[in-house]
Amino acid sequence: MAYNLPVETAKGKIREVTIGTGEKSLKVGGENVLPFHLWEGEMPNRPIIAAEVSDEVEELPPALEKVLGDVKNDPVAWAKKAQDEWGVDAIALVLTSTDPKATDAPPEQAAETVAKVADAVNIPVFVYGTEDLDKDAEVMKAVASKVEGKNVVLGPAKEENHKTIGAAAIGYKQDVAAMTPIDVNLAKQLNILLTNLGMEADKLIIDPTTGALGYGLEYTYSVMERLKIAALYQDDTMTQMPLLANIGFQSWKTKEAKSSEEEYPQWGDPEKRGIMWETITAASLLMAGADILILRHPESIKLIKQLIGDLSS
Amino acid sequence: MGLSGLDIFKKLPKTNCGECKFPTCLAFAMKLAAGQANLDDCPYVTDEVRAELSEASAPPIRGVTVGVGDEAFKVGEELVLFRHEKTFFNPTVFAVLVADDMADDQVEKLVKEANECEHERVGVILKMGAVAVKAAKGDSASFKSLVEKVKGLTPKPLILMSEDVEVLKAGVEAAGDSRPLLYAATEANVDAIGELAKEKELPLAVKSADLEKLAELSEKLTGMGVKDLVLDPAPRKVKETFVDLVAMRRAALKDKFKPFGYPTITFPCEETDDELYETVIAAVYVCKYGGIVVLSHAQQWRMYPLLVLALNIYTDPQRPMAVDSKFYEIGSPDENSPVLVTSNFSLTYFIVSGEIEGSKVPSWLGVVDTDGQSVLTAWAAGKFVPEVIAKFINTSGIAEKVKHRKLIIPGYVAQISGELEEELPDWEIVIGTREAADIPAFLRQFSTS
Repeated sequence: MAYNLPVETAKGKIREVTIGTGEKSLKVGGENVLPFHLWEGEMPNRPIIAAEVSDEVEELPPALEKVLGDVKNDPVAWAKKAQDEWGVDAIALVLTSTDPKATDAPPEQAAETVAKVADAVNIPVFVYGTEDLDKDAEVMKAVASKVEGKNVVLGPAKEENHKTIGAAAIGYKQDVAAMTPIDVNLAKQLNILLTNLGMEADKLIIDPTTGALGYGLEYTYSVMERLKIAALYQDDTMTQMPLLANIGFQSWKTKEAKSSEEEYPQWGDPEKRGIMWETITAASLLMAGADILILRHPESIKLIKQLIGDLSS
Repeated sequence: MGLSGLDIFKKLPKTNCGECKFPTCLAFAMKLAAGQANLDDCPYVTDEVRAELSEASAPPIRGVTVGVGDEAFKVGEELVLFRHEKTFFNPTVFAVLVADDMADDQVEKLVKEANECEHERVGVILKMGAVAVKAAKGDSASFKSLVEKVKGLTPKPLILMSEDVEVLKAGVEAAGDSRPLLYAATEANVDAIGELAKEKELPLAVKSADLEKLAELSEKLTGMGVKDLVLDPAPRKVKETFVDLVAMRRAALKDKFKPFGYPTITFPCEETDDELYETVIAAVYVCKYGGIVVLSHAQQWRMYPLLVLALNIYTDPQRPMAVDSKFYEIGSPDENSPVLVTSNFSLTYFIVSGEIEGSKVPSWLGVVDTDGQSVLTAWAAGKFVPEVIAKFINTSGIAEKVKHRKLIIPGYVAQISGELEEELPDWEIVIGTREAADIPAFLRQFSTS
C-alpha cells in the first residue's frame, strides 16, 4: 500500500484582526488550517503571546515574586520589562484595582493607567476588567474614550454588558474580546449580538473562558477545537474570530501551581511545577487552536515562544 | 471496519443467545462495527464468516498491551481524531529512559523516581507506565545485566531498546515472561527482529524517519505474522513528529490505512536537552496522538502536570468526572470551622476546594453525590435538593465534628434554603456565593462575624 500524506483543505478561514495602530499594530488570525497543519494550508500570523500585567497585585507565589517583584507595583515598568526583556507580542493589562470586591478604584483612574501603559510600549495592548459586569462596563467606557483610536482590545464583554462595551468600542474605534462560558453556540450568539450592534466582525475576538490544567482544561480544549472546526470546515462566519486563552491568571490560581514544597512535598520543585502548570496549559490550548495566549511567567513565555517557533518553522 | 453494524448482523447466527454478553446479535453487531467488541466472543459464527468479518471488524488502531499483571498497560484502540467526537480511550503512557552507559546510582535514582511517581485524582491513580532500557554500548552482557537490574528495581513494564538483534535477545532473556516491548525494527534488521518478536509473541516497535518506509516495514511485519506493533516516526524534531503523528492517525482512521493502524511511541528526551522544553514537547504529544512518550526523568514537578493533562484529555466528554461523596477537610478545620456543601462534579469540587484553600479559612466541605453533575444541573435534575442534602448531612457525622449548626449552601440554589431548613431543623441555612471566585471574601467575612 502506498502512503500519501492526507491533505484536507478547508472552505473557511479565520478572520484577520488588527490590534493597535500604525507601527504599534499586529495582526492575529488569518489561518485556513487547524493549528500548525502547515502542509495543507497557511497560518499567515503565528499565534501571539501577551504578557499579563496587573495594575494591582496582592500576593504572588514565590516563583512569580522572584521575576516580577521589582515591577509588580508599577504596571508601566512591568509592561516595558515584558516588551524589552521577554520579547512578548502584546501586553494584556488587567485592571485588578477596579474590582468592587477589593479596592474598587474609579474608572477614570484605571483609564489613566491604560493610557500610560499604552504610551510606554510599542506593542499592542489588551485591556481586561475583573468580570464584574457593571463595573467592567463603566471601566471600559472610560478606557475606550481615554485611548480613543488606539485600537486596543477591550474585554471581557459578556452577554449582560456587551451593549455598553460594544458601543464604547464602536464609538472610540477599539476591538472587543467577547467572553462566553465554554460553549460554541453561546460564543456564536454573542458575536451575532455584537455585530447586530454595529461592531465589525473583523474587530472581534472570542474568549471562550479558560480552564487551567486540572480545572476544566478539557472543556476549553474541546470548545476551541469545535469552534475552529466550525470556522474552517463548516465556514461558519460567526465562529471565525481568533481565539483568546487567558492562561496566566487561571493557572497560577491553582494550588498545584502556587503551593510550596513544604505543603505538597510529593509534587516536587515548586518553581518548575508552577511554570509547567502554566506552560502545559498553554501548549495544549495552542494545539486546540488558541491564537492569543496570555501568560505570566517569563519562562513560560520563553518556552511557548520556542514551541510556536519550532512548530511553524 | 468498513462494514456497518447491519452488514455484520446479517452474518451473525441471529439467535440472541447472549453468550457474547450483549443482549442481542444486533447489539453485538453494532459494537463490532464501532470497534468496541471482539468477534471471538461469539462462539457460533462459522470459520468462513469469522475470517471475513475479523478483517472488517478489527479496530482501526490496534490495542497493544505491554507488561503483565497489575502494571501492564494498553495503548491504541483510538477511534477519533478529536476528543469531542466521542472520546479518547487509552491515555498516553509515560516511560523513563535508562541506559547501560549510565552510572549505577543514576539508573537507581531514575527508576526510583519512576516508582515513586504516583498520584490520586478524582479516584484515578496516575503513575509512570514503563521503564525504557537502552543498550547504549551495543554489548549483550552489559545490556543483560542492566535489564536484570531494572527488573529487580521495578514491577513496571519494560521497553527493551537495541537495534542489534543479538543484544536484544540477551535483554529478552533477562526480561523473562514480563512481556516487554521490543524496540526497534528498522530497515536494516527487520527480518531478524521480526522473527524474534514472532517467536516470543512480543509487541514490537517499528522505527523509520521516513513515513513511506515506516508503512512498508509495518506491512512487512504484519505479513510475517507479528501482530502487536508500535510505530516510531523518528524525525526527532517536534514539528516533524507532530506532522507525522497527525498524518498517521488520519490515515488509520479516515483512509483505513492498515500499516498505520497501531499506537505510536515518541521520544521527547531525544528532541531537546532542556528538561523544561522536553516536558512541553511531551504535552504536545499527549494532545496529538502520542501513545507511549519516553522521557529523560520522572521528577514530580514534570510528571504531575503531564499526568493530569493525560487525564484531562482522555476524560470521556460524555461522562463528567465525579469525586467521592463525603466531608473533605480543607486546611485543618476544627469544631468552629465553617461547613459548606456542594455537588460532586469534579470540576466543582476542585474549584470550590481551591478557593476555600486560598481563603486560608480552614473549612469542612461536604460533597453531595449528584452523579457528577454541577450544582445547577443537579438541582434541576432533582439530585441537589433539600431531601438529598439533608440525608447527606444527617449520615455524614458532621454534627459530631462541629459545635455550631450553620450550613453554607451555593448561592445558585438560594431558593431551596427554606425547604432545607425544614428538612434540617437543627441547622441554620446560610446562602453562600454564586461564583467560587467570591468564596475567599465570603469566608473571611463569615468567620469573623
